[in-house]
Amino acid sequence: MTAADLNTGTGGLKIRGLHKHYGTFTAVDGIDLDVPEGSFFALLGPSGCGKTTTLRMVAGLEEPTAGEIMIGGKDISRQRPYQRPVNTVFQSYALFPHMTIFENVAFGLRRRKVDGVDAKVKEMLDLVEMGHLAHRKPTQLSGGQQQRIAVVRALVNKPKVLLLDEPLGALDLKLRRQMQLELKRIQTEVGITFIHVTHDQEEAMTMADTIAVLNKGKVEQMGAPVDLYENPRTAFVAGFLGQTNLLTAKVVGTSGDVLTTDFHGIKITMPVSRMAATTQEVEVGVRPEKIHIAELGEAPVGRNVVDGVIIDASFIGVSTQYVIRTLADAEEEITVFTQNSSTSLRRVGETVSAYWHPDHTFGLHEGAWQEAEAAEVAS
Amino acid sequence: MTAIAHVPPTGGTATPPPEPGRSNKLTPYFLLLPAGLALLVFFVLPILTLINTSLQSGGLEEGYTFTWSFSNYWDVWVDYWPQFLRSFVYAGSATVLAILIAYPIAYMIAFKAGQWRSILLVLIIAPFFTSFLIRTLAWTTILSDTGPVTSFFRSIHVLALTDWIGLTSDSRILATPLAVILGLTYNFLPFMTLPLYASLEKQDPGLLQAAGDLYASSWQGFWKITWPLSLPGVISGTLLTFIPAAGDYVNATFLGSMRESMTGNAIDALFLRIRDYSHAAALSVSLMAAIVVLVIYYVRRSGTEDLV
Ligand SMILES: Nc1ncnc2c1ncn2[C@@H]1O[C@H](COP(=O)(O)OP(=O)(O)OP(=O)(O)O)[C@@H](O)[C@H]1O
Ligand SMILES: [Mg+2]
Repeated sequence: MTAADLNTGTGGLKIRGLHKHYGTFTAVDGIDLDVPEGSFFALLGPSGCGKTTTLRMVAGLEEPTAGEIMIGGKDISRQRPYQRPVNTVFQSYALFPHMTIFENVAFGLRRRKVDGVDAKVKEMLDLVEMGHLAHRKPTQLSGGQQQRIAVVRALVNKPKVLLLDEPLGALDLKLRRQMQLELKRIQTEVGITFIHVTHDQEEAMTMADTIAVLNKGKVEQMGAPVDLYENPRTAFVAGFLGQTNLLTAKVVGTSGDVLTTDFHGIKITMPVSRMAATTQEVEVGVRPEKIHIAELGEAPVGRNVVDGVIIDASFIGVSTQYVIRTLADAEEEITVFTQNSSTSLRRVGETVSAYWHPDHTFGLHEGAWQEAEAAEVAS
Repeated sequence: MTAIAHVPPTGGTATPPPEPGRSNKLTPYFLLLPAGLALLVFFVLPILTLINTSLQSGGLEEGYTFTWSFSNYWDVWVDYWPQFLRSFVYAGSATVLAILIAYPIAYMIAFKAGQWRSILLVLIIAPFFTSFLIRTLAWTTILSDTGPVTSFFRSIHVLALTDWIGLTSDSRILATPLAVILGLTYNFLPFMTLPLYASLEKQDPGLLQAAGDLYASSWQGFWKITWPLSLPGVISGTLLTFIPAAGDYVNATFLGSMRESMTGNAIDALFLRIRDYSHAAALSVSLMAAIVVLVIYYVRRSGTEDLV
């Protein structure tokens, strides 16, 4: 038994080489996932990238063209949906309109002829503080309440893995934020593995312990929200999770674990581990909020420094967004977010030094900026 | 509801500014007038006349006079209770058969037919393009003693069995209760299929997926989800089939014999041949009352308010 097997010993989910073809169209193109037991896992990606298809294959509602799906080390990909230790929360909730809330939640228990239905249902309704609404019909509940019932109707069966397909998609923004916290609380309380599908990167980042970013049926990158945001390994991830600056540069060498690149004669350094490309031509990335602005030539030593002219400044209350055109290359622009901790704002036309810590720099392959821009639009 | 009174006049009621209030309040009643009049002329008056006739006594020669003669009702019950009973048994059997046949058809059209859906729906109502009488007469050919249907069932000894139960007799189908029930079933099948289809078609297929996810087999999914949600369709289909079937006399006339005559046949004979108007009316009113009582009981039992 390897370490990975131990990792997924009981309620963890492991997917290997999962494919799904519809005719000649490839919806899921070789996905590998490791979801540790008890984690809140998010599948994040733009519309049509294969999130729902992946989830449905785990649930058994869709048959994989190839690949393995394992829960607790056991291959379940040939089992019937009801034999799998998973339950699903559907986007449309799919509450049974002719049954009371109580009967909706009790449905799975009754089918399995489990003892103590009453107590189990009550416990679940209490978990979402809806015990007093047990006798109502689904249409007599608000959207958020229906959502909660859909979640506990699945959870009451104590699945090893709970699958949620955009469960908050039908709610308005304010209720969504509230339900994100609520779902996170429920997950922490019951300790069941949640796999949450969403195309909202903010939602994925607030809720998940681990995110897998999907694009065109493939996993682009998997990791903790901070890792994905701070150290994107692909242009798509860089663009999909927030804004990013990318400058075209050349690798000139490495010494120890510091990699040095050259941007029109300016040295930009970064940890070797943060360079995803192996070619000489690369793109150097940094997030807008990591950049500081100083008077020309007054940037602290040991930082990456690029001089430029401020061509746009927009004041947004808590922060100000500047766009700086670099002196070295008039084609390149850098976006900077600064906290408004001082009252003096930079003016358009000022020439300044933009600087940031080498540790906040990451490297991608050449031409990444186009993909990143496309991903930013898709997000 | 209360808000309606305060809504300023719009649309149709906006014509020349009338004395405030009065004509606004009356408008809805004017709009109801045509329907109300039609109801009065074509429904209330005939029924009152019918009830009136049913309480008259006399005969064709000496003329009829209104005498509160409730004994007419007792007379028709004594003379025609077998027809009465047959009406309800035949109509009930036809309704049950119609559900059994129409449900799978409606289910297939709603969930499995795909692009064929509209064509199949047209086919369901296609029989209405031909007259009711012609279609019923066609069944006399289908069920004739020497026809393939009868020969087939006779050869596999099914008719021996139905003979024994009393559904058929003398190893033939025509002129037996079975023929009448089959005719009724056939003739009112579309009235069962269409409401069933309507109630199935609007069901969210996601519900069955959710049921499957919650360990229900397809069989349980059907009985716990699809069937209860289709009950409004079952109820309206049942009413639309049972009520006309109970009053029908065409099927019994063509497909049955004297032994299969239903209330409708008795009324027909009393009115048109014997010309005993008061007893014919008493029988009609009895049939109507029995149907109304049965329907009320049925709708109450099935609790439609909860389901729709
Ligand atoms: N039954 C099917 N037949 C053919 N193509 C399909 C089928 N189901 C899904 N697809 C295609 O597979 C791709 C992935 O679909 P999927 O539903 O998994 O997307 P998704 O990531 O869930 O998107 P969204 O965020 O819009 O829900 C899409 O391009 C879709 O058109
Ligand atoms: Mg989807």
